[in-house]
Amino acid sequence: MSTTKNNLYGILAEVRNPKELIDVAKLVDKSGYKNYDTFSPFPVHGMDKAMNLNKSKLGWIVLGHGIVGLTGAFAMIYYMMVYDYPLNISGKTLMNIPAWIPVMFELTILLSAFGAVFGMFFLNGLPKFNHPLFNSEQFKKVTDDGFFICIEAEDPQFDAEKVEKLLKDAGAQNIETIHDES
Amino acid sequence: MSKTYEYVPEPALVKGNHDFSSITALVTDINMRPTPKGWYIAFAISNMLLLVLLVSIAYLIWEGTGIWGLNQPVGWGWAIINFVWWVGIGHAGTLISAILFLFRQGWRTAINRFAEAMTIFAVMCAGIFPAIHVGRIWVVYWMFPLPNQMAMWPNFNSPLLWDVFAVSTYMTVSFLFWYVGLVPDLATVRDRIKSKVGKVLYGIGALGWRGSNRHWWNYEKSYMILAGLATPLVLSVHTIVSFDFAVSLIPGWHTTIFPPYFVAGAVFSGFAMVLTLMIICRKIYNLEDIMTVDHIEKMNLIILVTGSMVGFAYLMEFFIAWYGQVEYEKAIFIIRATGPYAWAYWIMIACNVISPQLFWSKKIRRNVTLTFIVSIVVNIGMWFERFVITVSSLSTDFLPSSWGYYSPTIWDVLTYVGTFGLFFTFFLLFLRFLPMIAVAELKGVMPQADPHNYDENGEYVEPKVEVPEPKKLNS
Repeated sequence: MSTTKNNLYGILAEVRNPKELIDVAKLVDKSGYKNYDTFSPFPVHGMDKAMNLNKSKLGWIVLGHGIVGLTGAFAMIYYMMVYDYPLNISGKTLMNIPAWIPVMFELTILLSAFGAVFGMFFLNGLPKFNHPLFNSEQFKKVTDDGFFICIEAEDPQFDAEKVEKLLKDAGAQNIETIHDES
Repeated sequence: MSKTYEYVPEPALVKGNHDFSSITALVTDINMRPTPKGWYIAFAISNMLLLVLLVSIAYLIWEGTGIWGLNQPVGWGWAIINFVWWVGIGHAGTLISAILFLFRQGWRTAINRFAEAMTIFAVMCAGIFPAIHVGRIWVVYWMFPLPNQMAMWPNFNSPLLWDVFAVSTYMTVSFLFWYVGLVPDLATVRDRIKSKVGKVLYGIGALGWRGSNRHWWNYEKSYMILAGLATPLVLSVHTIVSFDFAVSLIPGWHTTIFPPYFVAGAVFSGFAMVLTLMIICRKIYNLEDIMTVDHIEKMNLIILVTGSMVGFAYLMEFFIAWYGQVEYEKAIFIIRATGPYAWAYWIMIACNVISPQLFWSKKIRRNVTLTFIVSIVVNIGMWFERFVITVSSLSTDFLPSSWGYYSPTIWDVLTYVGTFGLFFTFFLLFLRFLPMIAVAELKGVMPQADPHNYDENGEYVEPKVEVPEPKKLNS
């Protein structure tokens, strides 16, 4: 990583508002770029479609966690109430499943929530100590009112001049080359 | 029959002439300004109350639960009342953040962060009571399925154990939900704050968030799933809390109406608490543009609905007691309204059933001062509801020879008052150091955020409200 392409990370450009961000994302996607990303202070409606992102995989992670929670809870209660220390409570059945439902439900929710939160951070590659984009002074605006697009140098058809021209023609401003200084 | 009607457009969620950066400044500047003097005073008072709580708990552990007013036959007193009251208050936060999210209610964004913080601190206050009432607090871990010296496990058939799982799951999921919402806003503070220490601390909290759409993509999915999980969770938690009562055989408790009735009551009291806190904060922090009177009106409508549901449940309890023809059940409801605790019963009716009916009037719904008063009255009423349920059923149970009157001691009162110290200590820290409004979400519901509100040249165009022509009715 240290010597390839002059430590170039990508080319960053700013647009004025969500509409322009959608337009430029559509253009970049149509031009065949794969490694690019848009940045906005809030999720822009319709951007996933503009960037050709399909469904997030998170649902499957949550489903897996939920199944583990449900079966794990059942196994735990079965072990404790039936196998390890069976208690005869006024002759009632040991496999008292209806009474186990609340705890099984709660543990399913708990594990699914873990899946939803930590799965999301995992898919996003967070937490991250630093990122080349944080070297850009103007990029600080992204959490306030800035809308940015970045085409990364990793992209197979990346050519700095062409990319700059594409972004400029699309009406983007403040075009900046980002270097990976780590 | 002719009918004229007026088209009422949805009011704007953010008042005043704001753009994205003025919203950012309005909210996050609160965290970056020097601490106001009033905050220190409020924090000092809360700290003193927190000390009261700590002393009460220390004395309780030293001396035992005998310092409380519990007696035979009333073995459950203020501890369970306060527990149910605080948990109930917490439920409004989850309702606002999860259920209103699923129903696409944009107005929730102004208050959800705030209400979720309230949830977490309220559940902390609630959790204290079951933890300290056990008598031998050094073996409190017996509540959890952990290996112990008796080689025994907790009883999974017991509602009290369900409660342990329900409340701890609720606490954890509420915290995660809150934190996920906070991440983009912590990044906003990170990028704006000047101080080095602040940059590092907020930076750690923001986990390196950079507003990437490939992140938002998973983030929104995660938020949606969490809302979908929290919705049944919040309903289950108060259902299980009501099982603590309903699964026992005490007259007045052993009823199937308890779960829905408890959930409605929880939302009712929680919305009142959100209003109490919000009306103070919007004034002090000049957030009237974001937390508008329209928000207050909408919340008052929910208070009216849930308050009426609670009132209906009170009526239904009486009807079923009569219809069911169980002597003890019939007796307990007559005793509730006329017996030794009739004073508490009628306070409850006045506060919970009658006071929210004021909100049928639009003028009163939009009156901030009256709303504030009613919100406090409602929370007093909901405390008395739990008092009536717990104490009246126990003090006059099956055998008149064992009846007894219950009154709290000073330690009951001090422990309860002390939990306000805990609540407000955390709440003030939250107001001081974290963005109290979900900035990223709020920007997302502004008209400027919708790409459709821009023309071909990328200039912003005010969205036009299309007023449909009144249809001509056949006369």
